[in-house]
Amino acid sequence: MSEQNEAVTAGDQTQPPSGVGQKSVGQNRPSVFRRILSGSVGRNLGLVIALVLLGIVGTITAGDRFASVDNLLTIIRFASIIGVISIGLTFVITAGGIDLSVGSVMGLSTVVASLAAVQAAATQSSWILMVLIPLGVGLAAGLVNGIVIAYGNVVAFMATLAMLVAARGLAELISGRRTQIVIETGFLQFTRSDVIGVPLLIWIFLIVAVLAWFLLNRTTFGRRTVAIGGNREATRLAGIRVKRHLVYVYLLSGLTAGIAGIMMLGRTTAGTSTHGGLYELDAIAAVVVGGTLLIGGRGTIVGTVLGVLIFSTLTNVFTQNNLDTSVQQITKGLIIVIAVLLQQRFASRGPSGT
Amino acid sequence: MCYVASMIDDDHSAPLLRVRGITKSFAGVQALQGVDLDVRAAEVHCVLGQNGAGKSTLIKVLSGVHHPDGGVIRWQGDEVTIAHPVAALGMGIATMYQELDVVDGLTIAENIFLGHERAAGGVLKVAEANRAARELLVRLGHGNLSPSTEVGRLSAANKQIVSMARALSHDTKLIIMDEPSAVLDSEEVRNLFRVIRELTAQGVAVVYISHRLEEIRQIGDRITVIKDGRSMAVGLSAQDTPTAELITLMTGRAVANVFPDRVPVPADAPVLIDITGLGLRGQFADVSLSVRAGEIVGLAGLVGSGRSEILETIYGARKATAGQVTVTGSRLTAGSVRAAVHAGIGLAPEERKSQGLILDEQVYRNVTLATFARFARGGFLDERRERQVSLEQMNALELRPADPDRATRTLSGGNQQKVLLARWLVHGTKVLLLDEPTRGVDVGARAEIYALIRRLAAAGTAIILVSSEIEEVIGLADRVLVIGDGEVLSTTDADAIDERGVLDLVMKGAAT
Ligand SMILES: Nc1ncnc2c1ncn2[C@@H]1O[C@H](COP(=O)(O)OP(=O)(O)OP(=O)(O)O)[C@@H](O)[C@H]1O
Ligand SMILES: [Mg+2]
Repeated sequence: MSEQNEAVTAGDQTQPPSGVGQKSVGQNRPSVFRRILSGSVGRNLGLVIALVLLGIVGTITAGDRFASVDNLLTIIRFASIIGVISIGLTFVITAGGIDLSVGSVMGLSTVVASLAAVQAAATQSSWILMVLIPLGVGLAAGLVNGIVIAYGNVVAFMATLAMLVAARGLAELISGRRTQIVIETGFLQFTRSDVIGVPLLIWIFLIVAVLAWFLLNRTTFGRRTVAIGGNREATRLAGIRVKRHLVYVYLLSGLTAGIAGIMMLGRTTAGTSTHGGLYELDAIAAVVVGGTLLIGGRGTIVGTVLGVLIFSTLTNVFTQNNLDTSVQQITKGLIIVIAVLLQQRFASRGPSGT
Repeated sequence: MCYVASMIDDDHSAPLLRVRGITKSFAGVQALQGVDLDVRAAEVHCVLGQNGAGKSTLIKVLSGVHHPDGGVIRWQGDEVTIAHPVAALGMGIATMYQELDVVDGLTIAENIFLGHERAAGGVLKVAEANRAARELLVRLGHGNLSPSTEVGRLSAANKQIVSMARALSHDTKLIIMDEPSAVLDSEEVRNLFRVIRELTAQGVAVVYISHRLEEIRQIGDRITVIKDGRSMAVGLSAQDTPTAELITLMTGRAVANVFPDRVPVPADAPVLIDITGLGLRGQFADVSLSVRAGEIVGLAGLVGSGRSEILETIYGARKATAGQVTVTGSRLTAGSVRAAVHAGIGLAPEERKSQGLILDEQVYRNVTLATFARFARGGFLDERRERQVSLEQMNALELRPADPDRATRTLSGGNQQKVLLARWLVHGTKVLLLDEPTRGVDVGARAEIYALIRRLAAAGTAIILVSSEIEEVIGLADRVLVIGDGEVLSTTDADAIDERGVLDLVMKGAAT
């Protein structure tokens, strides 16, 4: 407690605003680097490193078979369907919810769109019908999920678990558990087309990712989503219609499941009730490994995309080396745990409260 | 600062706790830069300081939550490091944190014995825990609370009681209370003081933090003042140190009287909000009230008398079962917050942590939570503008640090409260509902907030204010409604009533 201390504090007091300003500038100056680190690149640095490491392992073990343009496109195409689903799911999880029905809704949408009657109608009118129908199925399922969860106050886990089971059952019922081959040539031509050498599936993935990034980070829709996940009551008391917004979020997740359904129909040229089995788990893993908080309030599309790419690269490396899928599962489990542990380190929040 | 040295030297009896030169910084923020503290057995030692001065950080160091970067802690004469909260409890230091730290999903008894459950071989002894919990509650004057009640269903004040019971459930030599009175009404504060006196009579020391100086006078023995992370004075007398001196030590400047002058409401000022026969089944009934532009109406009453419920119902956060609310002539849809916000009503809720703020979000996003859509163009956010507008309000409220990008969680309690106020100042709000607007806010900032509320009123806002501090209601409001048990007991001009008068009405209401 010297004279000096007093002088310093007294000086502070005469100009509180500037004192404060200095403090925060002082904090910010060395932080150009820090800003980058704490920006989206930095937060995803761990994921990028993991992806690069996997790439190196792949190149060393499988050489050109791995490190070729063709193979890279294969990896991304492989990632694209689960990627689109994971992007929709990212919104749900960010809003503090969960959607377990994504995979089975996707399966249902492939079945409905590939029904003989639908295909006939599509041939008669336009193949666009086979694009619209999966979207409609996804939206319908999302609407039901959203209403049951938001207005029925059913826990999201249970409501979407019910949807998972019911949609799977419905798909089996209407397909008679048979695989329905897609014969509609217009639709097949469209979904299997290339644009500047890059398959359409990859374009869809890319476009969905970019749009989703904008939606989450730059729009009022995204802000509401994050706010609801962060503190639902405070958001409600700020005058935001939380329930209605939650319905929109589940609709979005249904929509991406429908888009994934179109992609699946195109890639496999078949609709079946078994499409999308366990996709929900892969999607949740990708979202959470990507850095979206499972309890909501923080979400990242870039992270989700990287998460999906990590898993598909891993699968590719294993396949290229003819390794056992069981070993692959174990590695996947390890990656999930390690990634989540690392995420907690990076995004460590201070101890709560003042 | 000469008395600091002399106080320490005068101190012959070895203190229970002796802290020297504690420093602690968080990512770039020097929260503590050299704090001294001496606590003797059986005394009530008050720690004073502005919002963000470092009081909570200091007690978190003492309770093992934070590890100090430097400094020495002596406990009963021995130098110690307090590694974690359990170690602190083992030593006999129990803490009631500023932000309520109870688990909503557990019962009162389970919360009290959380971490030191009454059990035999891993099997809980529920009956015994409930019995012990009841004893503690009775000791705290709350024998009416059932130990098997789920804590999530309790009011903030009652949660505080549970937190206090938990601190008492340990065998302690020192209990640290970080702003325990913030959520309590006058009656419960008296209760708290009775318990504190009992504790000190048994030789337990209490470290007591509060922004209410009159409480310090009532209960304190000695005072340590902290400013900007440094102790400015150690061991001042709580009885004899003049208020002006304390305020100057805390703030570095003299603060003139806290309450601003009333501005007479012009006779032709339009009625902005008109509430008729408003009721919520089981909570309150038949509340009628109209507030004109420029008028401040205060609601006084005990905690649990229904004041917060009235505000929340006006705001549409609860759906009224009777009556109606009209804002500038148009009737609001019952139970629609959005309609209320749209009509120009804003609410700063009572529990800032659970109802007000998204703690992990940046400050500016909390400030613009109700308005970001208005800044957006075609659904696209305008974050630059949001930051800029937030910064303006933060500066107007002297919110520190004035960094819109900081995580709200890292602000001190009082500054978090300012974030909440700033939210409704971003866009001209016609009717402002303030529920305990100065809870946890320091003397200097309090005066600022009072002046600000007055300024808003003078600019034509209608304000309805709820506060547990009767002094605040009388000092600030033009008209005072005393609420008891869900009913309006009286409506009086603030000039025509004093603290005693309100208290009498409140007590009468409670008695009937
Ligand atoms: N976990 C944290 N991370 C970063 N900064 C922190 C953290 N906790 C506290 N601070 C900062 O340390 C300083 C002291 O905060 P502290 O909560 O101790 O103040 P206080 O005196 O208790 O204020 P109040 O009266 O408002 O409760 C503040 O500037 C605060 O923003
Ligand atoms: Mg504090």
